[in-house]
Amino acid sequence: MGFVNNTDSASDPVQNPDNYTGALGGLTRREFLKYCTGVAATLGLSSWMGLRIAEAATAPRRPPVIWLSAQECTGCTESLLRAYHPTLETLILDMISLDYHEALCAGAGHQAEAHKAKSMKENWGKFVLVVDGSIPTKDGGVYCMVAGRPILQVVQEAAEGAAAIIAIGSCASWGGMPSSDPNPTEAKSVQEVLPGKTIINIPGCPPNPYNFLSTVLHLLTLGKPPELDIHNRPKFAYGRLIHENCERRPHFDAGRFAMEYGDFGHRLGWCLYKLGCKGPETHANCPTIGFGDVGESNWPIGIGHPCFGCTEKGIGFTKPLHALAEVKTFSPPNAFPVVDSPKGEGVTPAAAAIVAGLAGLGLGAGAMALRGMKDEGEANHADNPPGQS
Amino acid sequence: MNVSNFTAESPDPALENHQPLGGAIVTKPFMILGLFVLIGGYFILRRFLFGMGDVSHMSNGFPIGTWVVLDVVIGTAFGCGGFAMALLVYILNRNVYHPLIRPALLGGVFGYTLAGLAVMIDLGRYWNAFNLLLPWYAQINSVIFEVALCVMAYVTVLWIEFWPAFLERMPPAFKKRFNLHKMQIFLRRYMYVFIALGVLLPTMHQSSLGSVLLIMGSKLSPLWYTTWLPLLFLISALAMGYGVVMLESTLVQRAFKLPSEAALLIRLSRVGAGLLTLFLVVRIGDLLARGQLGLAFAFDRYSILFLIETTLFAAPILVFASKRRCANSRLRFLATISLLAAGSLYRMNGYLLAINPGNGWTYFPSAPELLITVGVVCLEIMLYLIFIKTLPVLPGRIAEVAGRPS
Repeated sequence: MGFVNNTDSASDPVQNPDNYTGALGGLTRREFLKYCTGVAATLGLSSWMGLRIAEAATAPRRPPVIWLSAQECTGCTESLLRAYHPTLETLILDMISLDYHEALCAGAGHQAEAHKAKSMKENWGKFVLVVDGSIPTKDGGVYCMVAGRPILQVVQEAAEGAAAIIAIGSCASWGGMPSSDPNPTEAKSVQEVLPGKTIINIPGCPPNPYNFLSTVLHLLTLGKPPELDIHNRPKFAYGRLIHENCERRPHFDAGRFAMEYGDFGHRLGWCLYKLGCKGPETHANCPTIGFGDVGESNWPIGIGHPCFGCTEKGIGFTKPLHALAEVKTFSPPNAFPVVDSPKGEGVTPAAAAIVAGLAGLGLGAGAMALRGMKDEGEANHADNPPGQS
Repeated sequence: MNVSNFTAESPDPALENHQPLGGAIVTKPFMILGLFVLIGGYFILRRFLFGMGDVSHMSNGFPIGTWVVLDVVIGTAFGCGGFAMALLVYILNRNVYHPLIRPALLGGVFGYTLAGLAVMIDLGRYWNAFNLLLPWYAQINSVIFEVALCVMAYVTVLWIEFWPAFLERMPPAFKKRFNLHKMQIFLRRYMYVFIALGVLLPTMHQSSLGSVLLIMGSKLSPLWYTTWLPLLFLISALAMGYGVVMLESTLVQRAFKLPSEAALLIRLSRVGAGLLTLFLVVRIGDLLARGQLGLAFAFDRYSILFLIETTLFAAPILVFASKRRCANSRLRFLATISLLAAGSLYRMNGYLLAINPGNGWTYFPSAPELLITVGVVCLEIMLYLIFIKTLPVLPGRIAEVAGRPS
């Protein structure tokens, strides 16, 4: 580099891609470590795990990832591309070796398919398989063909050589929208077409990109999936009901509900339960993590739309939008206190009598004690002072 | 006491004077007190069977009611006798007051133990109370948490401080059987640790009882609300501690015809006068500095409460500060009562009477609520009588069997 004497440009990663910071894809070392520590925090791990994540992410031999798309809308990919702290595309593409992804491949057609086959052969038993979209199974899976083969076969074949399988999005996790009644393609989740395999499900329509990223980093760092719930969803992200962390929860508890869109309560940000919000029966971390990296409250309920339960099988795309949720925690009481409820209670005759009696008793006892007292303090003085002898 | 054979250190000569009073335990006043305890017990039972609303008038506007104010805030201030005397005798080395320590300690034992009982009655979800002791649930920024832990620790310390009185009374065979001599030696050797704790802990929680009011903000009248509340609560608790020692000594001495401790009490009252003066200087000085003294002469409800309270604080100074007036046992008794009434009213004003939570909330204790408090206080007096009659607490024995407990 011709600018080694110039400290400014030497430390500029864009101008000097060969130095230490340049290898981090435009991030300073500090920014990169901050990112990794942030990911550790998202996962609920201690901050020193950030260093191990950083080591895993910068390992020279990056783990290969094969991303297969079935009946999907590319929403999951779009969501993933909009993870912004910091420049995600650099990190995610440098961190893992994304060997095949229909939407992001540089190559196309036979070239892309050949690269996929080569990568799978080289990394058999080591690559991470990510699937988005549900798998049609009717008529041998002919309703979703990729490179002339039913995606069902492609997924089953790739699953044999995968070290870990991640189903991203509601469709891959539990069938999603394509599996809704009447389900003309007999769409199924990845789990259903790969019986016996352990699938990590990241449901959501689309899922929060950080839930996916954190899961991948957990896999890379510790070599095992994070703790999963009974539906194989990572517990750090899907362990709690939306209702539990919802910023509108106090309105629910106090009985303040929006009754229709645009009404008084809706404009004031009251609880959306009566508009059909599925937060009380849906497990996800949406209220705590938000979407789009633009700060607090940027998530469906935060902007005034009821949750429709995308992460929960049998709720999203299944239950009518305006049907009341089944409250899994505490049901609201049938009646809330009326506004003119009594504000404390005043004096009762019995209480007044007791207070008067006590006062009388005190005065009487004081008077009695005074009556028998010696007038002369000197007399007391003359008594033997105890404890002196 | 043959215990002195077991320790190299010479026993405190003052301790040797402590004897059980003796006399009948079940007397007429004792039975009357017992009746009130039974009534209180009945309502306590109802509170645990049917909930707080059944017996109490406490509400969301007044979540702190008679139980906390009378039994805890005022009750523990009355229990500060042990604290105040320990400070005087052991820290300031005024050993002449030693005979007053054990009765004062006993008052503290019951004042604090029964304050704990009152808190358990008052806690809505008392079954969660054990969480206080689990460090991972500790909310170390909470004043109430500090009070709770500190009071629990102090109750333990008080019982340990009082424990030698039990040991002295135990039959030697029993002590030998359970090797209690060792405990006695241990306690005698390391008692200074517990005495130090017994002085430290009350300074913490008695001032915290004032800090609790700091979150009241505008709910508390500006005549009481000040950042000096913790100091004022601490000073008044100390003053009440000496007051209670003087009251207890006077009453017990009169009831059981014991040798008079007047000479000691007169000396002690001077300490009280100093504390009261300090209290009033801080109190009035703070009002002046905040420019709120005008409120004291508005002659509304708060102003009148303030004037009564301040008069009660100031009156004892006139008696205690003068040797001649102080020698008059009647005046001294009245001044002691005035001191205790002042401290109690100050606490009641801060916690209840000068509080206005707004939105029209009102509070007056219900009859069952009051009867529970009366029952707790009566239980305290009953236990005190039993203890001084059976354990070596007071100097001297009872003169005549049919004593007249005050």
